[in-house]
Amino acid sequence: MVRSMALTGNFAAAYSTKQINPHVVAAYPITPQTTMMEKFSEYVANGEVDTELICVESEHSAMSACVGASAAGGRVITSTAANGLALMFEIVYIAASNRLPIIMCVMNRALSAPINIHGDHSDSMGCRDSGWIQIYNENAQEVYDTTIMGVRIGEHKDVRLPVMVNLDGFITSHKIEKVDVLEDDEVQKFIGEYKPVYPLLDTDNPVTYGPLDLTDYYFEHKRQQVEAMKKALPVVKKVSKEYSNFTGRQYDILEPYHLDDADCAIVTMSSTAGTTKHVVDKLRAEGKKVGMLKVRLFRPFPAEDIREQLAGMKQVAVLDRSESFGAYGGPLYSEVRNAMYDVDDKPNIVDYIFGLGGRDINAVNIENIFNRLMSAPAKMPGDVNYLGVRGD
Amino acid sequence: MSDEKTWKEIPWGGLILDAGNAAEYHTGDWRTERPVHIMDNCKHCMYCWICCPDSAIIVEDKKMVGVDFNYCKGCGICENVCPFNAIKMVIEGQEGD
Amino acid sequence: MVNLKQLTEREERLTGGHRLCAGCGASIIVRQILLATNYPVVVSCATGCLEVSTTIYPYTAWKNPFIHNAFENSAATISGAEAMFKAQQRVGGIPKDKKVKFIAFGGDGGTYDIGVQSLSGALERGHDFMYVCYNNEAYMNTGIQRSSATPRGAATTTSPAGKVIPGKKQYPKDLTEVIAGHHLPYAAQVSPGYYMDLMKKVEKAMEIEGPKFMNAFSPCPRGWRHASNASIDVAKLAVDCCFWPIYEIEDDKYILTGQSKLIASGKKEKVPMSDYLKSQGRFKHLFAPGNEEVIAEIQAEVDKRWERLVKLSEL
Repeated sequence: MVRSMALTGNFAAAYSTKQINPHVVAAYPITPQTTMMEKFSEYVANGEVDTELICVESEHSAMSACVGASAAGGRVITSTAANGLALMFEIVYIAASNRLPIIMCVMNRALSAPINIHGDHSDSMGCRDSGWIQIYNENAQEVYDTTIMGVRIGEHKDVRLPVMVNLDGFITSHKIEKVDVLEDDEVQKFIGEYKPVYPLLDTDNPVTYGPLDLTDYYFEHKRQQVEAMKKALPVVKKVSKEYSNFTGRQYDILEPYHLDDADCAIVTMSSTAGTTKHVVDKLRAEGKKVGMLKVRLFRPFPAEDIREQLAGMKQVAVLDRSESFGAYGGPLYSEVRNAMYDVDDKPNIVDYIFGLGGRDINAVNIENIFNRLMSAPAKMPGDVNYLGVRGD
Repeated sequence: MSDEKTWKEIPWGGLILDAGNAAEYHTGDWRTERPVHIMDNCKHCMYCWICCPDSAIIVEDKKMVGVDFNYCKGCGICENVCPFNAIKMVIEGQEGD
Repeated sequence: MVNLKQLTEREERLTGGHRLCAGCGASIIVRQILLATNYPVVVSCATGCLEVSTTIYPYTAWKNPFIHNAFENSAATISGAEAMFKAQQRVGGIPKDKKVKFIAFGGDGGTYDIGVQSLSGALERGHDFMYVCYNNEAYMNTGIQRSSATPRGAATTTSPAGKVIPGKKQYPKDLTEVIAGHHLPYAAQVSPGYYMDLMKKVEKAMEIEGPKFMNAFSPCPRGWRHASNASIDVAKLAVDCCFWPIYEIEDDKYILTGQSKLIASGKKEKVPMSDYLKSQGRFKHLFAPGNEEVIAEIQAEVDKRWERLVKLSEL
């Protein structure tokens, strides 16, 4: 039975968290995450969940408590944004390296300075090396669904990694949309019963978490994380497929849109994919062969799958909603271009850094990019452009 | 010391599953002095036992019976706290029990 | 009631084979604490001497569940574990009659300084756990750098005894007083030199529900420059000088215990600070000509804090 609710991205995250009914949630408020935790706190106060809610005194303590709780043995969810994520940075790495399947919703927001509370990907991109699985969500529906899928992905015995559920700050977190939701028992059925793995609370089988590694063992422990990430990719595909069958809503690690016979494509993530789809529709109606590749799974990076989608394409523009200062292009651009390097039949690939600090990107901007691609020469070197900044 | 294992052979996440396995690591070779237990003077008050940093005082049936030389680092606290002169520190390797 | 002979029948939960220095106060404190209670215990520990030396991969000296997370978050980490315990008992994952105690350890570095935020937060939230600070009065594990717990005049590697500045300029923070401001059910200062007092307090604390704090004086032969066999002597002397009084704060009432109680009531002599300063090499420079003022000021501050504490205990 399909039931619809009018939910913001944050409320969708809160609602799916409620239905997951985690044992512990430890979080600290930061704009634009706040309304998710406020809504969840209402559920707690009204006895609608069994969750032990810890209103910690900083984001660093939020992730620290999540690590303690997850290691103790149970389902743990949290959320943050921007400088909150930056503050918990060392513990974010620790959560992944201790192999704890914590779920964290990140309402992507610009990192200071200057302080800016609006949406861009600098926060989650700052953590891209941390060992977390990262999925970017276009809208509230995806946020709702990915949080639920995330439980199965993270807890999978071959994976055992934390999962970052990303959504654009304010753009997705605060926009009300129609979200189709499952019933509580359906969510529980999909995520299954929690199975503790080496829990601290099993005092009959004591374990030690977080020892000191000298030069003789650290590398081996990191290699294990590499393996887990490798295994995570097929697991995300598998869980996505299972969820698609379960709900009728189609999910995968990538979403190709009118890519099959496209000459030009934009590669993008998150809410901008929605705007791009709208532009693709318009241009297709005019007979132009354009398409879009939406990347949902950013970590592990699906290089092989992207190669399949983009091989044979003539012109590609990657849209990056974050800058990596001093790098040759933004994070998504670097990874896509790297993935395509070995392909003989590879497209020209250019980069557009856009939307920093919540700077708007609209249909006209995207159409201009397609126009450039459609009139680009056969051989076009990769360049990095700054879309929408005054002065360039 | 550890025989170095491959990444496939060790538990993931840096977890140590064998609680208390530090007991396999003998710190006794750190000693330059060793405690000698003089049983005749010992009143089994357990002060040496409760003050030993290395759990190296052996107690059986509520009686202090000796020192676990696998772990004893020769700090000398036991001799210092003993009210009955029942422990004497000697240079390691020079005098026997 | 604590009876040493009976306690010898309990299992040692910190094994030998750890790599703390010979004579280290921290391992004595941990042993005394774990032996003083029979409950299953889950331990979190901040980065520092204790954590690093007891868990060098692939070895662990801990026979109970143990988690090290980072330097400043032992209290936040144990908060999460304790919350999970409560949640699991609520949903039936763990039987309601199962008793587990939660103890967070941290050195003075991870407690007085970088860890003070997460400690304060955990205490305010009322988690059912005990925080134990093993106070060796400096960042020992990284090479004896000063902390806010380092006493006035002590030479550390970041407050060395130099030609112009004779050791640390500031008096140590009184963290137990800061903790008292949280109005928690139980806080105490202890010394492994007075182990019966320490162990009785642990026994008592384990029966109290809610957040507890114990500040344990932890002599460091290496950092304080005293012989490895002198740790217990130094731990006693600090109490005898009233530099480290042993007391409890229970429901906001200050109660002097053991040797400190005896000194306050005049039954035992208060030892001059100069005896204490003479016992450790980190204060050696204070006895050079020209530094007499410093010793006098140290004594004056000790007296001031001691008199205040005695007054508080009389309220």
